[in-house]
Amino acid sequence: MNGPIRKVTIFVSLLLAALLVNMTWISVARTESLNDDSRNRRVRDAEFSRNRGAILVGNEAIAESVPRTGRFPYVRTYPKPELWSSVTGWYSYNYARSGLEASFNQELAGTSSEQSIGRVVDLLTGRQSSGANIQTTLNADAQAAAVKALGDKRGAVVAMDYTTGEILALVSTPTYDPNRLATVDLSEAQTAWNELLNAADEPLKGRATREVYPPGSTFKLVTAAAALEDGMVPDTMVDAPDSLRLPNSTRSMGNSTNCGGDRITIEQALKTSCNTAFGNLGLDLGGDKLRKQAEAFGFNQDPTIDVAAAKSRFPTELDEAQTALTAIGQYDVAASPLQIVQVAAAIANDGVMMKPYLVSSVTNRDLTVLSSTTPQRQGQPLSASSAKLLQQMMVTVVEDGTGSPARISGLTIGGKTGTAQTAPDRPPYAWFVGYAEDPSVAVVAFVENADVARDDISGGKLAAPIFRAVVEALR
Amino acid sequence: MSDQVQPALSDEVIVYRKRRGVELLLLLLAQSFGFAGYVITDLNLYGELPSNIILVAAVWYGMGIAVHLVVRFILPYADPLILPCVFLLNGLGLAMIYRIDQIPEPVRTDSSTQMIWTALGLVLFCLVAVLLRDHRRLQRYPYLMFIGGLVLLLLPLAPFIGWKSGGAQIWIKVAGYSFQPAEVAKIMLAIAFAAYFYEKREVLALAGRRVLGIELPRARDLGPIMVMWLACLAVMVFQNDLGTSLLFFGLFTVMIYIATERPAWPILAGILFVGAALAAYKFTNHVGRRVSAWLDPFSDYDKNLQIISAQFGFAWGGLFGRGWGLGRPGLTPLAKSDMIAAALGEEIGVLGLMAIIMIYGLLIARGFKTALTAPDGFGKLLAAGLSFTFALQVFAIIGGVTRLLPLTGLTTPFMSQGGSSMVANWIIVGILMVISHRARMPQAATAAPQEMSALDDATAVISR
Repeated sequence: MNGPIRKVTIFVSLLLAALLVNMTWISVARTESLNDDSRNRRVRDAEFSRNRGAILVGNEAIAESVPRTGRFPYVRTYPKPELWSSVTGWYSYNYARSGLEASFNQELAGTSSEQSIGRVVDLLTGRQSSGANIQTTLNADAQAAAVKALGDKRGAVVAMDYTTGEILALVSTPTYDPNRLATVDLSEAQTAWNELLNAADEPLKGRATREVYPPGSTFKLVTAAAALEDGMVPDTMVDAPDSLRLPNSTRSMGNSTNCGGDRITIEQALKTSCNTAFGNLGLDLGGDKLRKQAEAFGFNQDPTIDVAAAKSRFPTELDEAQTALTAIGQYDVAASPLQIVQVAAAIANDGVMMKPYLVSSVTNRDLTVLSSTTPQRQGQPLSASSAKLLQQMMVTVVEDGTGSPARISGLTIGGKTGTAQTAPDRPPYAWFVGYAEDPSVAVVAFVENADVARDDISGGKLAAPIFRAVVEALR
Repeated sequence: MSDQVQPALSDEVIVYRKRRGVELLLLLLAQSFGFAGYVITDLNLYGELPSNIILVAAVWYGMGIAVHLVVRFILPYADPLILPCVFLLNGLGLAMIYRIDQIPEPVRTDSSTQMIWTALGLVLFCLVAVLLRDHRRLQRYPYLMFIGGLVLLLLPLAPFIGWKSGGAQIWIKVAGYSFQPAEVAKIMLAIAFAAYFYEKREVLALAGRRVLGIELPRARDLGPIMVMWLACLAVMVFQNDLGTSLLFFGLFTVMIYIATERPAWPILAGILFVGAALAAYKFTNHVGRRVSAWLDPFSDYDKNLQIISAQFGFAWGGLFGRGWGLGRPGLTPLAKSDMIAAALGEEIGVLGLMAIIMIYGLLIARGFKTALTAPDGFGKLLAAGLSFTFALQVFAIIGGVTRLLPLTGLTTPFMSQGGSSMVANWIIVGILMVISHRARMPQAATAAPQEMSALDDATAVISR
């Protein structure tokens, strides 16, 4: 019987070997994905228990982890929640993260690859490892001014230093209190989540970067840039009829302002935000040139910024009627406020578009710098000469055009208003985008709705004062 | 291998070294692993030594020494590695149950209960050693054992006392105490198979007709085999327990193969088992659900929570584990019983669990070695069969927990919480030790193993 016993022994050792091989397979192939699974409570609990790094504006923490006792030894705290929630986002147990908390999660948690050496040292010295701090480029005054100016309106403000790409203010209103989501009282967090999620004014929407809207007349900057790049000059005359019949269509385009003549210069058209003139300009240029210009500014491309951002759209196929509508920022064009401010910033920076960024450096708790950001050119959507001409035109808009509410005495301000039609039953969106020369800042103000009469909604009336408040805060 | 080959008939006497001192040393070392797990759990969780550390140390090491003394005087020639292996596994299991006890709230005392069961198992082990003395006495009543085993196996299907838990009806409950009779049936059937197959081995090997290249035994010899097959089927279908059915069928197959030395048996059994398993997969909910939970657990998170959280536990533990008390084994349902391997994997790591598998391997190897050296055929069969039950259980349950195979509700020998399994497995160790003692005691080397069967061969060999 020994023969069969030996064979059975071999069979048994194969069974046990299969167990060992399978366990090797588990640790080699499955561990990572299992630990990345959001349903893995072990990972989530450990992360929620960690001493996360702070998010800093200047020397002030706008998000930090505060020690406590109980099941989770730290709680994420936002000292000025309503002011900074658009930037920090939230950090919660059951509802993941957003904003900088999400995009810099690894650095804040201390699990990025740059921090691996530090982790090993912490392990060997028995120290509780902690995450890195991230230093933002934000300006507290500008942010506060933007939040105050937006008030209880739904909207967004993005301000950036156009010479470097540093974001100085980033606001989406209404804001919310991320402390309510970060609380260790999970049922309270759930209540807050449901409230915020179901709130009529959708506070959790990232209106500044994550949403796209019809840009309305602010898109005329792109059309104007395309025209200048095509060899036209500000004095080039275009037809500006009261009503422009859209080719191959029964509909026509009208003006909401007085264009100041039937045939006007491009400069005049921009100053009065003349729809029919820009419609004709679009028809002259054609869809492809418009698209090329828009894409040079960043439309149809994935945005490169430190927080999650949506791609701005420029339609791929256009017939003539659509081209005319597109030239004035209607039809299927959709842009995030971030995209619009980038257009103004590139014009203000003599045609050079800088890559926008929010985080200037990541530093360990011992202040060693893990990474720091240097300003980067993202492209040149228009020549320096065209940019200079366009700057001049934008200054005219503010000095004696639709953008006059943005005027600030003693400062050179260029800008463009926008009032974007949406669905007939919804109020139009009010835009204002502009720049100041000293401080060198480009700012977009966007108002999705406000409690004012429909006829009173215009970029000049609603959005330009917000622009002015932010620029004044930066003076 | 040289000492296993029995020399030609001569006056030579093989004398194995007793190695009892080595056993004691290894035993204390092995016990220290479990004890360390217990102490480290408290250090990690509360930052201080356990309050009753002295008492626990005294009881735990005292049990080891007591058992060692019994072995030293009653079974001095028994294999010195078996006990340390079992104590290592048992200790780690106790420590892990103690660790899971600590998960609030409230703190439970399952580890104390388990300790009592361990002590009871040790008492039974000693009783087997003292009372049995010679395993060949077990050979006497094969049919009684067979019927007794079958009755125990099917007892949970009986009305009033049968009890269903976790989908499988494998428990009986009498006067508030629950028991898994299959664990005892395992021993009785192993003994019955060993006796029956040893007695009938030639008939089973040679008699009968050839069908499809397989020599089938005569119908009347085949009878018990068909009964066994039907019983396994009943366990699978009516008790909803693929694991137990696999265990018994495997045990049965391996023993008949060893007895007859005919590979046709495992082949035939394999076909039958696959057929039955496929049928169960098709016609019962239970098996189908387990298979889908095995192949793609994440498709239904809530239903497969158990296996998924076990996987999360392994991943969280990583290669080296979180450390005793530092993981979250409580997140896995049934972490103390079916899923104890997952809890161990989380806290002492994939490497720790691999080491445990190696210890099981060592234990099983010593069991098979006992079978190889046993002087009598009955002892060989019994030792091999019992060792194989360990192997199959370890493979099925750890393979299930690690998603190598569908999860079956078998116990992890000596580790999972539960009295019936603990007691039964200690009895098995007792029997193995007795056989091992018999196998290694000095005896005149003979070419033919001595026959001790009290029964006359009732069946004549018809043809050769």
